[in-house]
Amino acid sequence: MSVEVRVPTILRSHTGGQKLVSGSGNTLAELFDDLDRNHTGLKARVVTEEGGLHRFVNVYVNDEDVRFIGGLEAKLSDGDSVTILPAVAGGM
Amino acid sequence: MARYEDITALVGDTPLVGLPRLSPSPEVRLWAKLEGQNPTGSVKDRVAAKMIEAAEADGRLRPGGTILEPTSGNTGIAVAMLARRKGYRLVAVMPENTSLERRQLLAAFGAEIVFSPAAGGSNAAVSKAREMAVDKPELVMLNQYANPANEAAHYEDTGPEILRDLPGITHFVAGLGTTATLMGVGRHLRDHAPDVQVVAAEPRYGELVYGLRNLDEGFVPELYDEKVLSRRLSVGTEDALRRTRQVLDSEGLFVGLSSGAVVHAGLSLAREATRAGRSADIALLVADGGWKYLSTGAYSDELDDAANALDGQVWA
Repeated sequence: MSVEVRVPTILRSHTGGQKLVSGSGNTLAELFDDLDRNHTGLKARVVTEEGGLHRFVNVYVNDEDVRFIGGLEAKLSDGDSVTILPAVAGGM
Repeated sequence: MARYEDITALVGDTPLVGLPRLSPSPEVRLWAKLEGQNPTGSVKDRVAAKMIEAAEADGRLRPGGTILEPTSGNTGIAVAMLARRKGYRLVAVMPENTSLERRQLLAAFGAEIVFSPAAGGSNAAVSKAREMAVDKPELVMLNQYANPANEAAHYEDTGPEILRDLPGITHFVAGLGTTATLMGVGRHLRDHAPDVQVVAAEPRYGELVYGLRNLDEGFVPELYDEKVLSRRLSVGTEDALRRTRQVLDSEGLFVGLSSGAVVHAGLSLAREATRAGRSADIALLVADGGWKYLSTGAYSDELDDAANALDGQVWA
């Protein structure tokens, strides 16, 4: 199974400048473990030592914020699209 | 009776209109709360009035005072109108990548504009305003991201209006910026109609807007409490744009780009309800009309061109 992951500019130093990488895992936690094998250091930028998401990072599975669908335990299926974005101020 | 003492008496009590052509069936219905009907044309008239009243009441804002606020446009325009009436000055700190009309309207209402760099979007505007506030303590920053009066406007007024006009509401959808609309309306619904799903439609901008130097510069508004939300959906520029045009074509409703994102999320919820065989009454908060975005080509250019043009902009 394969999942497509969109990486924000600020984290591309871990992916050799690639914007789009792929990985696999039945959950988001497994996906980040898998990604870290090819893209060292990426996981630590997104996942805290305590095993949660960093405060200023948002992760979406098919456009759904994972904090509302189980966090790092969110289930993944083949063909899912994962997007990582820094938390920024919106329009106002 | 449609007679009012002055323009400020027109804030709030906005209409909720059905979207029967966009709705999938008579059992699954979409409704639009038209905040563009407020005096300066956006939901921010509610917020500006409450924040200024609060600053006057606690003595921070005194006659002849100057207000400072980071804004991508709507809040600034709403504050500028009231400031002019009440004799205050406004310095608005705005990202340089916002639409031309927003700058023109701010200028028309007499605000002074200070631009912040395009990279980093609203984050850069917020940090610039904070620096200015430190340098010049006499400036009164309303700080809409943290100001409880912002959320109170929606808890006390917007929320009750929605529940009054749509007692059978099943879902409430609004854009996520300062988060105050979702927090205020959401808490009102939690208190009075706890089964309602409170759903955020979060604009996903082009990369420039996420151009932070490091992740620690990230920003989560002080008002944000994720426990109030049921779900948070991310909507890209092209989807928001496409829905903005769809609602115009099918319903004749001319809405701003953030509302395109809200419509996109609302249609997903409608599709889910239909598939599950459930009825639904989905209220969509339409924060403003399309007027301020005409110059972006959002309504006139080819879809791809318009999406490209908006890519680096803070369009919501």
